[in-house]
Amino acid sequence: MSTRSDLPAWVDIGLIPALNLVIAFIMAGLVVLIIGENPIKALAILLGEPLFSLQGWCNILYYATNFIFTGLCVSVAFHAGLFNIGGEGQAYVAGLGAATPGLILGGALASILPNALSQPITLLICLIGSFIVGGLWGLFPGYLQAKRGSHIVITTIMLNFIAASLMQYMINRVYRPTGNQAVESRAINDAYIWNLREIGNLFGAKLPSTPLTPVIFIALLAAFAVWYLLWRTKLGYEIRTVGANQEAAIYAGISPPRIIMITMMISGGVAGLLAFHEVLGPQHKLLLEYVQGAGFVGIAVALMGRSHPVGIVLAALLFGLLSEGGTQLSFEIQSISKDLVVVIQGLVVLFMGALEQAFHPLLQKFFRQES
Amino acid sequence: MTPAIELINIDKRFGAVHANNNVSIAIAAGTIHGIIGENGAGKSTLMSILFGFYQADKGECRLRGKPEKIKSSTDAIALGIGMVHQHFMLVEPFTVLENIILGAEGGALIGPALDKARAALKHLADEYELDVDPDAIVGELPVGLQQRVEILKALYKGAEVLILDEPTGVLTPAEADHLFRILKQLRDQGKTIILITHKLREIMAITDRVSVMRRGEVVAEFDTSKTNVGELAEAMVGRRVLLRVEKTRAKPGNVVLDVRHLTWRDKKNIARVDDVSFNVRKGEIVGIAGVSGNGQSELLDVITGIAKASSGEVIFKDQPVGIKDSPAELRKRGLAHVPEDRHHRGLISTFTAAESAILGYQSNPALGKGFRLNRDAVVAQSLKQMQEFDVRPADPHLKSAKFSGGNQQKIILAREIGSNPDLLIVGQPTRGVDIGAIEFIHRRLIELRDQGKAILLVSVELDEIRSLSDRILVMFAGRVMGERPPSADERELGLLMAGVGKEAA
Repeated sequence: MSTRSDLPAWVDIGLIPALNLVIAFIMAGLVVLIIGENPIKALAILLGEPLFSLQGWCNILYYATNFIFTGLCVSVAFHAGLFNIGGEGQAYVAGLGAATPGLILGGALASILPNALSQPITLLICLIGSFIVGGLWGLFPGYLQAKRGSHIVITTIMLNFIAASLMQYMINRVYRPTGNQAVESRAINDAYIWNLREIGNLFGAKLPSTPLTPVIFIALLAAFAVWYLLWRTKLGYEIRTVGANQEAAIYAGISPPRIIMITMMISGGVAGLLAFHEVLGPQHKLLLEYVQGAGFVGIAVALMGRSHPVGIVLAALLFGLLSEGGTQLSFEIQSISKDLVVVIQGLVVLFMGALEQAFHPLLQKFFRQES
Repeated sequence: MTPAIELINIDKRFGAVHANNNVSIAIAAGTIHGIIGENGAGKSTLMSILFGFYQADKGECRLRGKPEKIKSSTDAIALGIGMVHQHFMLVEPFTVLENIILGAEGGALIGPALDKARAALKHLADEYELDVDPDAIVGELPVGLQQRVEILKALYKGAEVLILDEPTGVLTPAEADHLFRILKQLRDQGKTIILITHKLREIMAITDRVSVMRRGEVVAEFDTSKTNVGELAEAMVGRRVLLRVEKTRAKPGNVVLDVRHLTWRDKKNIARVDDVSFNVRKGEIVGIAGVSGNGQSELLDVITGIAKASSGEVIFKDQPVGIKDSPAELRKRGLAHVPEDRHHRGLISTFTAAESAILGYQSNPALGKGFRLNRDAVVAQSLKQMQEFDVRPADPHLKSAKFSGGNQQKIILAREIGSNPDLLIVGQPTRGVDIGAIEFIHRRLIELRDQGKAILLVSVELDEIRSLSDRILVMFAGRVMGERPPSADERELGLLMAGVGKEAA
């Protein structure tokens, strides 16, 4: 959040995150030690296994797709001086925008157009739908902040809970086909995102089973779009001005409430793209809890990536690796649960967010002596 | 007799700002000593050093002749120094008694401390006529009484020296009078009082001796009985070696800005700008002189659309400035504004110079079509402006914060003048700016005037006002006290700035 720094750029962007990560690993290692397992062995599994198989890499990229969306969501808001921790809820509610066109419109389009045409059109509408619904779920706390002064941290947290209840109700009462036991919608076959294995099959290539889809490219595109928005457009300039100095923004004739609302709409919209990916990609249906904490991981990703899209993509890959490695770890060492990764994430948030400045004086001293 | 407090050669810098430059003050015991000066003259910094909030870079504090190291406010309180801050340090939902024992609870249970404080409070109330209901909730008390609680708090902790920082800023005149009576009584009981203020009248009313601070230095000291308002005002705004600006007579044209009976009230419904009327014509510089805090900043805010007038009107180029006219709208209509506070408004310290150089003009189509912002165009324009205004270093990619004050000001001035405005509003154009840059800025302003632009200049530097302006308005307490030509006597202007009209003088 704060960019107060007179350190060389590479220290600020590279060394500090790396240092924080190492310390987070050491602390997590202590946790492993307390459980009574060998931390070195655990680390080897956590980092080693995914990196040495094609499937591992595919899964890392699958996780990274979601984390890029949520990381961007947090960082866009950061630049306007807002701490949006409602990415989880925004991504969840956006599922309505992603699934509904696929369920309703998709069938109609498929009946009048050839499949090769109806699918992309439906997917595009679903993409827009998830952005808009996620955006509206972000706009609401934005409005409360801008016009009513309700703190965005509080409102976004509370809206995460409301989102969970709302989705439970909607899926159970509206989307679940009558007679179906499972609380989920029917399969969305008219807006179907193929995974890598299915695409490979088309060309006769035998690829490992993975939830990875081409949506990773949309995520990368979104990262570029966010970068372009923030540093190459007038709106982005105004967003950053409001985030840096509200008084200067008012002097410049920029209305902070307006910018806050627009920013939160964009922020929620980007989180909403996770729904497009997850609902239409790996899941092919609207179901409960599909966000699986990715909204919160986005906070760690944005902090680690220093709120810059390039940093976010890299941090998302790292957390993708941790998520995949964590799954492997829980398979191979029974006494360690997948939640160890959550511990590491928590520690990273702690060091990058709360204790971001902890090493600052030390490093400053060090680099001042050097220069 | 040993002075109660001696500050010897105190020096303090905040980055490039020299807040206290080798300041020495001696304060006699049992007196009320005033420290007067503009905002930013270094008064509060000096007192914060005495109270242990800041550490001086150099220099020494002596209490009753003994050198002391004051590292925190706890040290200061232990040494018998109490401070009443401009913004009260009170816990509003607490009672008076609970506030008074704050920091002196004396154990896990506060019962005994409360009982002790109740007895002591009664004693203090008798001794100094400082009556407050000990069980009243502080937040429900009027401001004058809250201040009394602050004083009681300091006395309860055994303060022999009481520092008051702008104590009357929040008080009504009647409350202020009451405060003065209390202070006199405290002095008569042997306490030493330091009063920080920028109000000349207060100094005249209750101090025994007064030190005048300007730009971080003590520039004069007087016995209050042997000085007068005019002399103090002069010392405060300074008689720097005149930077004479070569200029010809103004050729005023049509009225560009017409301000009619403008009033602006703050949240407490106090008129900070009070029925102000004046105009600015093409090809002239109108200067507004005055001690800072007399409504100039608020006046600029209303004219530039940042604040909305409570009543009266502003007419810019024959069109009234309406409620809906934002600063952005007014900029488009040809009103440029160099703000008084360049750090908080003029530029954004974390942005590059090029980014700061488009603040307020970011939607200019020349900087990019549609929603786009053309990076190259922004940098090119910034570089051009930097060269034209001799900004050093002329590097648009450097962070705004890294430039010196003078160069930051040039970046802002280049931006505002570069927009080719019809009216330029300039607040404190040379505050914290080095001599070389001052001359440059003054020349540019005269040039702009000679091009037939209208300029409204607000400055607390009387010299600057006199050397640049074609007409001078003096503001005091939100009102325009009068209009004078630049040739007017400095003393006369000083008196107007002190709120003394011609009739009274």
